[in-house]
Amino acid sequence: MREKPVNHAGAAVAFIADKPHLDFHDARLWDMRQKRDAQMHLLPEWQDLRSRASAIKEHALANLADYLEEFERNAKSNGIHVHWAADGAEHNRIVAEILEARGARTLIKSKSMVTEECDLRPYLAARGVTVTENDLGERIQQLDDQMPSHIVVPSVHKLTSDVARIFARSYGTDPNADDPHQLAEAQRLAARPVILHADAGMTGGNFFVAETGTFVVCTNEGNADLSATVPGVHIATIGIERVVPRMADLGVFIRLLSRSALGSPITQYTSHFRGPQDGSEMHVVLVDNGRSARLGMADFWTSLKCIRCGACMNTCPVYRRSGGLSYGAVYSGPIGAIIDPTFNERKYSTLPYASTMNGSCTNVCPVKINIHEQLYKWRQVLVEHHQMPFVKREIMHMAGKLMGQPRLYRAAINGTETALGTLPRFALYNWLNPWGKNRELPAPVKETFHSWYRRNRPTAGKATPETVKTETKA
Amino acid sequence: MGMKIGLFVPCYIDAFYPGVGIATLELLERLGQDVTYPTEQTCCGQPMTNAGCVSDSAAAEALFVKLFSGFDAIVMPSGSCTHHVRAHFDAIEQTDAVRHVRANTYELVEFLHDVLKVRDFPWAEFPHTVGLHNSCSSLRALRTASMSELGEPAFSKPKTLLSGVKGIRFATPARPDECCGFGGTFSVTEEAVSARMGLDKVRDHFHAGAEYIVSADSSCMMHQQGCAERNHVDIRFIHIAEILNGARQ
Ligand code: SF4
Repeated sequence: MREKPVNHAGAAVAFIADKPHLDFHDARLWDMRQKRDAQMHLLPEWQDLRSRASAIKEHALANLADYLEEFERNAKSNGIHVHWAADGAEHNRIVAEILEARGARTLIKSKSMVTEECDLRPYLAARGVTVTENDLGERIQQLDDQMPSHIVVPSVHKLTSDVARIFARSYGTDPNADDPHQLAEAQRLAARPVILHADAGMTGGNFFVAETGTFVVCTNEGNADLSATVPGVHIATIGIERVVPRMADLGVFIRLLSRSALGSPITQYTSHFRGPQDGSEMHVVLVDNGRSARLGMADFWTSLKCIRCGACMNTCPVYRRSGGLSYGAVYSGPIGAIIDPTFNERKYSTLPYASTMNGSCTNVCPVKINIHEQLYKWRQVLVEHHQMPFVKREIMHMAGKLMGQPRLYRAAINGTETALGTLPRFALYNWLNPWGKNRELPAPVKETFHSWYRRNRPTAGKATPETVKTETKA
Repeated sequence: MGMKIGLFVPCYIDAFYPGVGIATLELLERLGQDVTYPTEQTCCGQPMTNAGCVSDSAAAEALFVKLFSGFDAIVMPSGSCTHHVRAHFDAIEQTDAVRHVRANTYELVEFLHDVLKVRDFPWAEFPHTVGLHNSCSSLRALRTASMSELGEPAFSKPKTLLSGVKGIRFATPARPDECCGFGGTFSVTEEAVSARMGLDKVRDHFHAGAEYIVSADSSCMMHQQGCAERNHVDIRFIHIAEILNGARQ
C-alpha cells in the first residue's frame, strides 16, 4: 500500500479548536518576528548582509566537494576524527560504534535537527544507550515523545502548564507549579547529575569552516558547551551543507542568525571547537542524507543555503495557526514544506499546498531562499508525479477546459450550463463545500458585469483589433 | 487622447462584484481612456497554475492573448491576476503577442499611479475611516507598497491614490501586511487555517477603528467578508476602484 500523505489540514483543525494554545502560539511567534524586525531596523546594512550570506552559501554549495575535503584535511590535523555518513542509518551506526568502542552507556546531547532527521534516539535506545537532551525545549519534547515543533524553539506549541504536567510525570514535581523559572530549575536539577556522570557528549553544529577545520555551535542555554565538556568524547553531527569557506565569512552569518531567529543581536553562546580536550576524543560526523541529491535539483538546490534560523516559520501565518506538529515531519513551516518532499515525495505531497504563497517567508529569510517560489514549483512537480488527489486534479482539468471556451464558460457563470466536463456535479460541490464551514458565501447579484456591459455599452467589446482580423479570415 | 485599453474583469468580480468592474470601467473612461471589455474573456488561468496544473491553464492563457494582444495596455482590478499574467504565463509558447501582453498588463492601482500618474480624484469623497488591505500579490509581487519584512522606506501606491479622496481617514491595523488567508484553492483545501486567518485579519482592522476594509483585490475581500459576516464583525468592504470612482456610502 502506498503511504498516506500527511493530513496537515486535518491536524490544523484540531490545533485551531484549542484557543488558548492557538492564541499563545501565534502571539509568541509573532513577537519573535517583531523582535527580528526591530533588530533589522538597527542595522542599515541588513539587506547587504542577506545578499552576502546568500552569495557565500551559493559559492560554498557550488564548490561543496572541495570545501568538504579542505575541512577534512584541516580538521584531521587539528586532531578531530572526521566521518562521512551517506544517510541516517550510516550516521547512527557510526555514532553507536564510537560509543561502543568507549563502552559509553549514557549520552548527553544538545539540540541537533540532523539527529532528528536520522532518528538517532530510538536507534541508540535499542542498543542500551540512554540519551538525555539538554536543551530545555528539546528535553520537554523528548519527555513527551514528540518531534520538535519548531527548529529553534522545539516546544513552542506548549504552554507552561503543559510543561508542568510533563515534568510532574517524569520528575515527580508539582503538576500545578507552572512558573517558568521553577520549571527551568526542575530541569536543571534533573539534568545536572546526568551531565556530570555522562559517558559521552554530543552536539550539532551551525557552521563548519573549511579553512580552519573548526566548527561552531550557537546556543542560548550553553547546553552545547555542557555536552562538549563531558570528559571522554565529543561527537558533533553536522549536515554537509553547513560549510563556510573562511573564518572571515562567519561574521556575516553570526550577525544574521540570532537576529533572524529570536530577534536578539547574538546567541548567548557562540562556541568554536577546534580539537579534543586533553585525554578526550572529538568526532565530527558529516551527514549527507539526501543533501547531494537535493544539490542536483535545479529548482530546489538553494534550499541548502538554510541556516535553520526559523524566521520563515515565525512569520508564516499558516504555521502560526497550525503548529509545527501538523506538518508531520522533522522540518515544519515554509522551509519544511520545500525540503520534506525531497525525503518522501508521497508522504509530504500535501505540504507545498499548506501555504497561501504569500511570500513573507522569502523576504525574512536571511540567506534569501526563494521559499514561496519553490512552493509554487513543487506543486508542479507533484502534479507531474501524480501526487495530487484525483478530485482536485479533475476539477483543475475541467476548469482549464472551461476557461478556454467563452460560450461554455458564460453558460456556467449564468448557471445555465448542464454538461460540465466528466466529473459528477456532487464531487465539485463536495470539494467546494468547506468554504461555508466558517465563512459566508458572497451574496448573489442581480446581474453579472458581463451582462451589464452588454446592456450599457452595446456596440463595444464584440471584438478586439486583433480578433477582427482573425475572425474575418476564418 | 488616451491609450487603447483592454479591460479584464476577473471571474469572481464578474459574478459576485459587478460594481467593481463597473467602477473600474467608469473610472478609466472618466480619465479619458479608450476602454474596451472584450466580452469573450474568461479567466487568466491562475487557479490551475497555482495548483500546479500548468498545462491546464494553456487554453485560458491562449484565449487571453488572443483577446488582449491588440491593446496598448491591459488593465485589471486584481493584483493576483496581474501577477499571474506577468510572471507565470508560461503554459503557452512565448510568441511576440504573448510577450506584448505580459509586458503591458497592469493592476489598476499601479496603472493609475505609475502610468496615468493621477493624484487627484476631485469627484470622490469618502468621509470614513478605512483600513487598507494589500493582497500579497500586490504587496510582495507587484510591490505596490513597502513590506515590513524588508525594513524599506514606507511607500504605498494605493494610499497615495486614496489620499486624493476628500474626507478619507486611515486606520492602522497591528499586522497590516499579514496574509488574510484566501490563497485561491487554499481557501477550501485548508479551510480551517484560511478562515481563521481571515477572521484575525478582519478583527485586526475592526479593532484599529476601521469602518471599511478597502482593497485592490476583491478575492481577498470576498473571503474576509465571509469571515466577518459569519463571526458578526461589524465592518464593511469596498474596492478601491469604487472609492476612486466616487462611490458615496
Ligand atoms: S529557510 Fe531561511 S528563514 Fe527559514 S529557517 Fe532557513 S534560513 Fe531561516
